[in-house]
Amino acid sequence: MRTFLSVNEVTKKYANHLAINNLSLQVPENSIYGLLGPNGAGKTSLIRIINQITAPDKGSILLNGEVLSPEHISRIGYLPEERGLYKKMKVGEQALYLARLKGMPKNIARQKLLYWFEKFEIENWWNRKVEELSKGMQQKIQFIVTILHQPELLIFDEPFSGFDPINVNLLKEEILKLREQGATIIFSTHNMASVEELCDHIALINNGNKILEGTVNEIREAHRTHTFECEIKQPVDSIKQDLEQLSVTLNKFVRKADNSVRITITSDAESSGNQLIKKLLPLGELSDFKELLPSMNDIFIAQVSATNIKTDSHE
Amino acid sequence: MNKIGLILQREYLTRVKKTSFIVMTFLGPILMAALMIVPIILASLDNVGKKNIAVIDETNWFLGRFENADNMQFHYVFESVDSVKSQVLNGKYDLLLYVPQPTLNVPVNAEIYSNRQIPMTTASYISNTMSKEVETKKLLASGIDPNIIKSAKTAINLVTFRLDEDGASKKSFTAVNVALGLVSSILIYFFIFIFGSQVMRGVIEEKTSRIVEVIVSSVRPFELMLGKITGIALVGLTQFLLWVILTAGIYGLFTLFYNPAQIPEAQMNAGAMMQQTNPVMDGMNQEAVLKVFEVVEAINFKVIILSFLFYFIGGYLLYAALFAAIGSAVDSEADTQQFMLPVSLPLILGLVISNFIVNNPDGALAFWLSIIPFTSPVVMMVRIPFGVPYDELILSMSLLIVGFLFTTWFAGKIYRTGILMYGKKVTYRELWKWMKY
Repeated sequence: MRTFLSVNEVTKKYANHLAINNLSLQVPENSIYGLLGPNGAGKTSLIRIINQITAPDKGSILLNGEVLSPEHISRIGYLPEERGLYKKMKVGEQALYLARLKGMPKNIARQKLLYWFEKFEIENWWNRKVEELSKGMQQKIQFIVTILHQPELLIFDEPFSGFDPINVNLLKEEILKLREQGATIIFSTHNMASVEELCDHIALINNGNKILEGTVNEIREAHRTHTFECEIKQPVDSIKQDLEQLSVTLNKFVRKADNSVRITITSDAESSGNQLIKKLLPLGELSDFKELLPSMNDIFIAQVSATNIKTDSHE
Repeated sequence: MNKIGLILQREYLTRVKKTSFIVMTFLGPILMAALMIVPIILASLDNVGKKNIAVIDETNWFLGRFENADNMQFHYVFESVDSVKSQVLNGKYDLLLYVPQPTLNVPVNAEIYSNRQIPMTTASYISNTMSKEVETKKLLASGIDPNIIKSAKTAINLVTFRLDEDGASKKSFTAVNVALGLVSSILIYFFIFIFGSQVMRGVIEEKTSRIVEVIVSSVRPFELMLGKITGIALVGLTQFLLWVILTAGIYGLFTLFYNPAQIPEAQMNAGAMMQQTNPVMDGMNQEAVLKVFEVVEAINFKVIILSFLFYFIGGYLLYAALFAAIGSAVDSEADTQQFMLPVSLPLILGLVISNFIVNNPDGALAFWLSIIPFTSPVVMMVRIPFGVPYDELILSMSLLIVGFLFTTWFAGKIYRTGILMYGKKVTYRELWKWMKY
């Protein structure tokens, strides 16, 4: 896959605080890239550098192979975490203003806005003042303004905060559609469920360092613990003893009312699922067998606390 | 650059369309015109009611001495005080002047009875006339001809001339210069404060509404700041211009409809009434008025108007940038106090000291304060009507330009960091750190 945005050895220091430490990322074209990390990890600092709001102390950023310059502003759409609108301004007037700041001509901006307002069924808000709208309604307008100029790179910083579930779904659909249409999307969030649902790639950042990067499947694969959950119907009487004699760790053993057992076992890294099944077959009728892959949430917590311990012991 | 234009346009239009702007734009001139018109109306109203004054003079010193005027008619009566008092009450006379028989042989006391408040001018006319009469009588008694005293009294017309480099001399008249200088310096002071704090509030609004990060992803923070400052400057200039035009318009309309003949007369009456209280001024009046006109003609209005506009805009630009920086550093208007003080101190100092500078517009203090960019917009305007050498003016103006370039640069550094900082109590040390980011 071609790289659309590449962050090369970027460092950003604030007075005596290192926000980003020699960080490199490759965001593939036409993908949804999850930028994960706890609060204060350096995500927003990095996003602001990509948006040219601040400049990096060291390193470079390439957009589609070109060094980032002011001309790229119109090719990037950004929905910040801290976002809002002028409260006293009318919705349509304001959307038009923000679109023109992105470099869109007035009449084209108006046409496109009307299209999106109709699509989200908010045409009659055009002449309302922003302060009359609910927070969710304002978020819809912010979303429209972010994508209106059809940017090739979209950056969403916690896009779902403050949305009700219906609008979250609406937004997810639109984000997926944008990727279909060819956009590259950077998605920064704490919401791990939406990461698994939407992201193709992720990078995990902590204390300004990248601690993990790859596709969601690769990462889950790399962090597998070889733990399996299975259910055995009509087990042999000696099942518990037999299981203990296998070269596996028995984590959980539950006997149900119908005498079937449900177990969780961890095998060593070398043996595959098939080998384990072979060992289990003599013990009864194997009715369920699946590998328990760690969730992104588990990986996130494990990785962040591991690096925090490391940096703590360094200090 | 195109984007600064867009920002400027938004800043300008949203403010100009506000109800408060429209109300102030029309209310201001009405108040200002009223300030000019009301005294004229009041002065002419005074003439309408002619006062009938009954005089009971037990000394017989003042019989026939009071002269009837447009607004005063004197009646010498020889009835009892009580009966005249009742005539005052039932409206035959407006007031009663009673001069009782003095205990010594010179009358020093008199009483006025009226059922209404009597005009100050009437009271002072009566007391002046009486004291003149007593004076004359006393002089005669000592064998001195009052005419000698009268001719000995001399009013000095002090006309000051100012020598220019080219040898020409100009008449100058301090009072006119003082008024011109102080009024323009006060105007600049208010303009800077009113519109400077609008800049500050605008920045705080963008910060608290959290729109700023959306905007700075499209434009550079510096462009946003410049667009805002220039947009609000245009709002201020628009308002000022409308005030001047509307005030002139209202006053013009008033003079048109109010029967023009009455106005100069009313103004003269108002002036004459003041002079009645000061006999020395008699005869000097005409010359003084002429002199004011001559001085007004001598004042170089081109220089004054041009430098007013320059310091008006230059001073605003210098301070607006600082106000923008303050707005960016805080989360709400309540937190601005600690930063407002050092910024507004030079301005306030300039205004306060202006009142002393008018006494010595060429002194060292006046010179230095009119050169330093932080005080020059307010102080230099006080000096200009008195005439300032061109080299000093050019020095002061260049330094003001350098000054606002510096404050804009300085403010830009604080601004770009400040607008993206939330929930942090900012200290001066913190601001210093932002300078180095």
